[in-house]
Amino acid sequence: MRRIYLDHAATTPTHPEVARAMLPYLNPEAFGNPSSAYTFGQEAKRALDEARDKVAALIGAAPEEIFFTSGGTESDNWALRGAAYARADKGRHIITSSIEHHAILDVCKLLEQDGFRITCLTVDRYGFVDPDDVRRALTPGTVLISVMHANNEVGTIEPIVEIARVAREAGICFHTDAVQTVGHIPVNVNELGVDLLSIAGHKLYGPKGIGALYIREGTKMAPLIVGGAQERGMRAGTENVPGIVGFGKAAEIARKEMPEVLPRIRHLRDTLIEGLTQNIPGVRLNGHPEQRLPQNVNVTVEGVEGEALVMALDQEGIAVSTGSACSTGATEPSHVILALGVPPGEARGTIRMTLGRDTTAEDVERVLEVLPRVIGRLRAIAGWRTARQCTGCG
Amino acid sequence: MVAMSGGVDSSVTAALLTQAGYQVIGVTMEIWPKDLIDQTPGSRCCGLTAVEDARKVASKLGISHYVVNLREVFARRVIANFCQEYARGRTPNPCVRCNRYVKFDALLAYARALEADYLATGHYARIARDEVTGRWLLKKGVDSRKDQSYFLYTLTQEQLRHILFPLGELTKERVRKIARELDLPVAAKAESQEVCFIPQNDYHRFLRRNMPGSLREGPIIDQQGRVLGRHRGIAFYTVGQRRGLGVATGKPLYVLALDEKRNAVVVGPESALYRPALVAGDPNWIAIETLDHPREVQARIRYRHREAPATVVPYAGDQVLVRFAAPQRAITPGQAVVFYDGDTVVGGGTILYALDEGKKGKNEDNGE
Repeated sequence: MRRIYLDHAATTPTHPEVARAMLPYLNPEAFGNPSSAYTFGQEAKRALDEARDKVAALIGAAPEEIFFTSGGTESDNWALRGAAYARADKGRHIITSSIEHHAILDVCKLLEQDGFRITCLTVDRYGFVDPDDVRRALTPGTVLISVMHANNEVGTIEPIVEIARVAREAGICFHTDAVQTVGHIPVNVNELGVDLLSIAGHKLYGPKGIGALYIREGTKMAPLIVGGAQERGMRAGTENVPGIVGFGKAAEIARKEMPEVLPRIRHLRDTLIEGLTQNIPGVRLNGHPEQRLPQNVNVTVEGVEGEALVMALDQEGIAVSTGSACSTGATEPSHVILALGVPPGEARGTIRMTLGRDTTAEDVERVLEVLPRVIGRLRAIAGWRTARQCTGCG
Repeated sequence: MVAMSGGVDSSVTAALLTQAGYQVIGVTMEIWPKDLIDQTPGSRCCGLTAVEDARKVASKLGISHYVVNLREVFARRVIANFCQEYARGRTPNPCVRCNRYVKFDALLAYARALEADYLATGHYARIARDEVTGRWLLKKGVDSRKDQSYFLYTLTQEQLRHILFPLGELTKERVRKIARELDLPVAAKAESQEVCFIPQNDYHRFLRRNMPGSLREGPIIDQQGRVLGRHRGIAFYTVGQRRGLGVATGKPLYVLALDEKRNAVVVGPESALYRPALVAGDPNWIAIETLDHPREVQARIRYRHREAPATVVPYAGDQVLVRFAAPQRAITPGQAVVFYDGDTVVGGGTILYALDEGKKGKNEDNGE
């Protein structure tokens, strides 16, 4: 049985070319420390520079604006803390949205303890942040706005251009978490008008443990990790050279392949959404039908536990998730689905399927054949339980 | 599907079934309220440690492993009921309800959702088929010290049909030995006996935190109704309790009853703890279809109680009257009474109240 992986929003399989590009840097042939003066070091430094060029090219940035980190979570942490603390003398108010990743929301909680005030904007039923809400939330003390480019769970693509314009007009630093978009849809930091932007390597077929923060030239930033002059003094620690090389390769491939991959995946996504919502009663799409990531399908299935669906599909060789991955495996109703206004009882029946460059029409066909059967079974059992419990009510 | 807590018993259960050729799926339930997990770092049961332990065992056995969130049903069916029962002056048995509503209902539904033929747990009990009646029978585990059939009396025929208890045929010693032989990472673990969701087993603090509104002070009275002192809330007392009453008299006093209506703790001499009969409600029958005539049984009124010969008789409504051959000490409302015929569980119910001789129920002789 071919195993079908439909959780590319959690992580992507490393591209074979990426793995190949990294190999020399994992082997003893190219182990140098980029900070070293001798040839070993210079070779590593060159690899670093090339990778930086590729990542910069993918998002229309200058190489000097790319700072490598350990991944999307560090980039988000750094963006918020670095920008907030660098401006703490000007004000202590931050605006964000209620559907951000926890890498943003949890940092906001910590900043709150440090005396910052956080405005968490609500979203509409599609998950859109209203740029006018951002404008209305502005105060004289506002120093930072952070709104994600696209939501990791429901795939809604936010009106970043408009929100960034609000920020720019008010002269406020603007960050976007673009972990879900970079490499999947065109992202250009100048067209978007952002000052800070987070990227994760493993979401675009690169290795895990590597990411980047784009920092627009001239943006005031404090470092998060100190103790060395790497990344121009902004991010200390000997560089993860194999990871960075792989990340660069992944960025290069994404840029090259996007014109072909994007429309193909989007078409498969629409086939899947159509098949699910039209052929299975009680299945509702979460997020916006068009303004959504080309790889994202998120549905709420009435009368079914999302966890049970994940388990049952796994036994059929199909990997999907209930939402964002959680360390324990079990999940609470997602804060994103709840923010969209789905009642908690129904929210538990939510599953996310995220397609990738290797997803085929046959895969989608198989899912559409298996899912109705599995959902029917789960619903029958839910009925069986309800009926049984009622006889015991007395 | 095997319910895996990360402990020795459920780990060996999964190992035995895997060895026997079953295709096994391991599942760990998350049932505790989140704040409790945060309060109890490194807790053995049901917390993150349990999930990690179970995952390691599953990976060692080469089986899939999932985590299911059953917090909602556990909170509603077990914890809320636990608090309500104490508030009413009863001493509930949360394990019975967890088996009834969580493990063998909500979790069993997951098993069926995965098209698993059986849900297996590490309980020390056996399931057999009555060749004559065709009924599924629940029997004691062969290790009499570990037998857990008492906690399982609510199982229905439909549930029993889909359950496996592989440890029922084994002693605890043997189970530990198997765990060591298989080098399961849990072989050295200690037992846990307390109410699993109460931190440090401090149920007074738990009740104060979770139901402060229903803890009202009231009188401590004797059997004649004379006030001897004050109590801190009937939820803090249990029938048979002697210490902590704060009442000084010449003779030792015991809690005889908790009177919800008068919000009173009734105390008296030890001899008054012995009662000849009880009424139980919400019965479930396993070995028989229903109780239509008086039956001679061995009745157990709490987990660590030596079974006592008794006659169980249909009573008003859906209730049963249990008349013991000899009076029993500290019959406690809220606990389960389970009826045995040898090793076989006939059925059981929840103790509603103790009865004295003479005050015989109206219906008890109409059973036939």
